[in-house]
Amino acid sequence: MTNNSNWTQRQSDRWRTNLGLAEMLKGGVIMDVVTPEQAKIAEDAGASAVMALERVPADIRVEGGVARMSDPGMILGILDSVSIPVMAKCRIGHIIEARILESLGVDFIDESEVLTPADDRYHVDKSVFEIPFVCGCRNLGEALRRIGEGAVLIRTKGEAGTGDIVEAVRHMRTLMDDIRRISVMPQDALMAEAKEMGAPYELILETARLGALPVPNFSAGGVATPADAALMMHLGAQSVFVGSGIFKSGDPEKRAKAIVESVAYYDDYDRLAKISENLGEPMTGIGMNELPVEKRIAGRGW
Amino acid sequence: MSARPVGVLSLQGAFERHKSIIESLGRECRLIRTPEQLAGLGGLIIPGGESTVIGKLMKAGGLLSAIRDSAADGLSIFGTCAGLILLANEVTGTPVDGLHLLDVRVQRNGYGRQKESFNSKLIFRKNEIQSVFIRAPRIIETGPNVEVICRMDDEAVLVRQDRILAAAFHPELTDDPAVHRYYVEELC
Repeated sequence: MTNNSNWTQRQSDRWRTNLGLAEMLKGGVIMDVVTPEQAKIAEDAGASAVMALERVPADIRVEGGVARMSDPGMILGILDSVSIPVMAKCRIGHIIEARILESLGVDFIDESEVLTPADDRYHVDKSVFEIPFVCGCRNLGEALRRIGEGAVLIRTKGEAGTGDIVEAVRHMRTLMDDIRRISVMPQDALMAEAKEMGAPYELILETARLGALPVPNFSAGGVATPADAALMMHLGAQSVFVGSGIFKSGDPEKRAKAIVESVAYYDDYDRLAKISENLGEPMTGIGMNELPVEKRIAGRGW
Repeated sequence: MSARPVGVLSLQGAFERHKSIIESLGRECRLIRTPEQLAGLGGLIIPGGESTVIGKLMKAGGLLSAIRDSAADGLSIFGTCAGLILLANEVTGTPVDGLHLLDVRVQRNGYGRQKESFNSKLIFRKNEIQSVFIRAPRIIETGPNVEVICRMDDEAVLVRQDRILAAAFHPELTDDPAVHRYYVEELC
C-alpha cells in the first residue's frame, strides 16, 4: 500500500526524483518520433527528449482505428539510438501498458488522450510506479486530478495532429486564468472551487499558495512553427511538445532546430524573425473549424 | 569588494531553481542567454538539463567561446549534472559541445536511466546533505589538480578545480542551500 493520504506524504523520495526529471526538461522541446532515425535527427536538432510512438497523431487521425501502445521492439530501438530521455505513451487507464513501458526502461510515460482510452472512468494510479508520468489537461481541475493521481508533469492538451494552435492556446489560457483566479481568492472560497472543478482540495490550496501548478507545466497539441512554440512559452508553458509538426513538415531537420531555438529565445523577437526564415513547408494541418466534434480527442480524460 | 551578481545559464533546464536559491542567499541573480550578459558577473551556474541541448545552444549563440574567455579572465563557474558534463575535459559516449575547463572524465547517464535515478545522503564539509541524482553523469577519473569535496561510496560526486565547482547531483532540488552558499561565499 502506498502511504499517500495527503500531499506532503505523497512527496516521497521517488516522487522528488521524478519531479526532478520534469524540472530538467524545462525550456526544451520534446519531439514525437516513429523510428530510431527520426530520434537521432531530433537529438541532433536539440530535442530535450523524444516521444517514441508508432504513428504521429496526424497519421492516427487519417488512418483511424484503435491507437495503442507502440511495439516494445520499436521503443527499445529508440532507447538504444539516443542519449536523451525517451518517453512513450500508454492508453488512458491502461495499467498494464504502463507497467510494460516501465519494464522497458523508458524515462517517462505519457498517459495520453492521443491513444484510444482503455478505461472510460479511471486513469492509471501513477503514484505506485517507479518512473514519472506526464498527463494532459484542459483546465486546472483536470490538471490537479492528474497530479493527485501522481503525475509529476502536466501538459495542456491542445488538439493533437491538427497543426492548429488555437486549442493549445485555449487550454493554456484557461489553465492560467484558473490559477490566477484562485490565487487571489480568500481561503474560505476555495473549498467550493475544489468542488466545482472536481479537484483535490489540498492541491487547490497548494496551487493558490504558489500561484502556479505544483509541478511543471508544458504545452502540447498543435505546434507547427517556431512562432507557435514561442507563443505557448509566452502564455506560460515551460516547455513544448511537438508531435506531427516536425516530421510532417517539408524539412524536419531545419524545423526541429528552429523550434528548439524559438523556445530558448521566445521573447527575443529579432531572433525569432531570423529563426523563422526559410524553413520550407509546415505541416498542412486541419483547421479546428473543419474538424467535427466527434473527431476531436482533447475531450478524452476524466 | 561588493558582491557581484551571479548568473545562471538559462538556455534550457532547471535554471529557475538555481535562481531562487541564489536570491534566497541574498545575492543578485541574472538569467544569462547571450555573451553580452556575461559582463560583470561574479560567478556563473550551468544548471541541470540536457547537456546535448545546452551545448548546442551555447555553441550556436557564441556562448561556448565567450564563457571560455570569461573563465580565462577568472570567472568562477558552478555546474550541476548537465553542467558537470559541459565543464568536463572528457566525456565518454555521445560527443557533447563542451567547455573543457575541468580535468575530469565523465560518463553520461553513468548510473542508468530514470528508473535508476536515486536520492542519497552525502557528507559535505562535515555536514550531512541530501542529494538527488537524475540520469546523472558519473565521474570516472579526476586529474591531479582536482579536489574531491564529496564522495558517494568511493566515487567523486562533487569536485573543485580552482574556480570551477561541479556536482554530479542536483543541490538545487533540495531545500538545503549549503552547496550554493559554499559556492557563493568561497568561489564568487
